[in-house]
Amino acid sequence: MTARTAAWHAATVVASRPETATARRIELEVPTWPGNEAGSHLDVRLTAPDGYQASRSYSIASAGPGTRIVLAVDEVPDGEVSPFLVHDLRDGDQIEVHGPLGAFFVWMPSDDPAPVQLIAGGSGVVPLFAMASAHAASADATPFGCSTPFAPPTTCSSLTSSRRWSANGSPSTSSTPAGPRERGVCPRTTDRRGPACRGHPGRPAAARLRLRTDPFVEAVSGWLIEAGHSAARIRTERFGGS
Amino acid sequence: MTLLDGNALAGRLDDLLGWDATASGVRCTHCGLTGLLATATVYASAMGIVARCRGCDAVLLTVVDGPDGRSWLGFRA
Repeated sequence: MTARTAAWHAATVVASRPETATARRIELEVPTWPGNEAGSHLDVRLTAPDGYQASRSYSIASAGPGTRIVLAVDEVPDGEVSPFLVHDLRDGDQIEVHGPLGAFFVWMPSDDPAPVQLIAGGSGVVPLFAMASAHAASADATPFGCSTPFAPPTTCSSLTSSRRWSANGSPSTSSTPAGPRERGVCPRTTDRRGPACRGHPGRPAAARLRLRTDPFVEAVSGWLIEAGHSAARIRTERFGGS
Repeated sequence: MTLLDGNALAGRLDDLLGWDATASGVRCTHCGLTGLLATATVYASAMGIVARCRGCDAVLLTVVDGPDGRSWLGFRA
């Protein structure tokens, strides 16, 4: 469980750059931020000149103590908040953030020796990046694996080629280039015969699995249970951007 | 209407209750299914949020935000 108390904070954009054609990496300085666990998210609240407010949840791509946090926001066409964050937010701008949030879809070092398999689609890879980084920076020797179909190519590349990513354990990474996001269609790397559903070699039944993106989550979690994984060991998070 | 899960309730529940209840256990009063609130089905719209049982679709929790800044939180679990 997230031990750090959530609250509303004033955040200042200190750096940002395009991550893909539709996504932007945004680095925030939040002087009152208490730090966050890997996999935590926050709510961003925007206020219009007429007082209208809109807030949306975004996963945090960074973890640990400190007041600097990183978001990776994928634009949702016709969305209310993400187009502003991707196209209009500038260095020095201030926004309100509420966090750190989330007590379920987080990863922390533990004594559990079971390997961890991370599975995400699209921008769902963001919290997994935080988990992989936190794992690599910790003394936790738990084997980590990752499967990221549909993830943006540059994100996939930075995730799976990260030296820190492969520093601990023996990850079973797989990814495919971004492609059509038809409902219920998954590439071979993450179908019921793929490495994600076979689990980590050696101890598939004991694997702790973390899934992200709906309806991808529904399909893959069903296949994992079919393959013999315990539902209680599968942690899922479904997100809906806007 | 956006389909989410209980993880998305963390911010609103922290606003209303003062703590993040998404890792709390819930039991559906309709079908008896137990689980963590984080795993419930959540529908979000401008009118508010409805969390439903993943087993039988019965309502577990509602959050309605009024235009005057007040909010109504309802528990059925």
